[in-house]
Amino acid sequence: MSYQFTISPDFSPDHISGWYIFNTWLQKQTGEAIHLEMYDHFQAQREAIKQDKVDLIYANPFDAAMLVREKGFLPVAKATGAADEAIVVVSADNSAIDIVDLKPGVRVAVTEDPDVRMMGMIMLEPADLNAGNIELMTNDTYVLVAKHVLQGKADVGIFLAEAFDDLSGIIKSKLKVLVRSQISVIHHALMIGPNFSGKRAEILGLLETMTQDEKGAGVLKSLGFDGWEKVDDEDMEFMIDLMDTLAI
Amino acid sequence: MKPEDIVGEYQEKTLDLYGGYRRVVLYTDIETPYPDGKLIVSTTDKEGIITHVNKSFIEMSGYSEEELIGTPHSILRHPFMPSVAFKDLWDTVNRGEHWQGYVKNLRKDGGYYWVKATVIPNIRQGKVVSYTSVRRKPSRTKVEECMKLYPTLM
Repeated sequence: MSYQFTISPDFSPDHISGWYIFNTWLQKQTGEAIHLEMYDHFQAQREAIKQDKVDLIYANPFDAAMLVREKGFLPVAKATGAADEAIVVVSADNSAIDIVDLKPGVRVAVTEDPDVRMMGMIMLEPADLNAGNIELMTNDTYVLVAKHVLQGKADVGIFLAEAFDDLSGIIKSKLKVLVRSQISVIHHALMIGPNFSGKRAEILGLLETMTQDEKGAGVLKSLGFDGWEKVDDEDMEFMIDLMDTLAI
Repeated sequence: MKPEDIVGEYQEKTLDLYGGYRRVVLYTDIETPYPDGKLIVSTTDKEGIITHVNKSFIEMSGYSEEELIGTPHSILRHPFMPSVAFKDLWDTVNRGEHWQGYVKNLRKDGGYYWVKATVIPNIRQGKVVSYTSVRRKPSRTKVEECMKLYPTLM
């Protein structure tokens, strides 16, 4: 029997090979056949979850409630010290210097990344902006978000902070950050489904000791992680409650 | 509240709080702007006693974590806020529903800050075990509406 592993579609393109390397490592360590399935879009991934095809997922926090409450998934671990934060930018020559300078009707470039979009929209609220009075422009990647702001096709861009920080210095110099979230407690997490949950403790133990051997450390490097840390049930419930408060 | 903690000229008022408590508060006209990009998070038990606060809560309230944990959440209650708002909050969350509203909070130094607050019941194994409140930066337009509305609800 083969288990299916999948990654939130907002993964950094630089780390695609890293996830395949991680999956190979995980199969060797657990002795289980695990197939890594990459989905291009959140909708396709959610459909697979709905059909109980997914057994292990590095999940976006936005999907955590559905995974835990509707599908019986359990949290395993998160990347050490990692947190999802969002950034709202305009082009450097835009006269806005504060969120409250933005007016209804602005064109806002985003990706499909649901937690970042939600955090970005919350940061627009002080200017009385909401989905009903702005024009949302959805892009496939953060590079396209930057491009649209630089070309004047969008007035505002909402980025995952990590993706913004990874943009080239030249691009960043042409963009102006209006606000960067400092939420700290919203993060992606590795979560395990009911059919595979017998392996939860074993996988957690393997992840927590990855830094201790050369091979494991190399795998972590390819993922861009410093290590893994445990996420227990209550940590996950707290994050789900927090996401609930932000979604309304 | 202690006069030596207050910054600036202050007024005094006795509040009748939810649960039959009374508290003398000292308050000034000094506003601390809500910081961009931050969330203030706290958790209380079912009786409204604070069990968890994040760093932003400590920074904005002016109290230390030790002063906050174990204290009723009404430590932040500002005399400008109508009691009816908090009755609505408790009635709503006790029904297991989310509550959202704009709140003027009182700082330890007598100043204040406005927030957009969302309170949800934390449900574990089908039972409400605690409440989490998350505050974010409010729109100034909404705050100005509340500044006109709340005095009419006193």
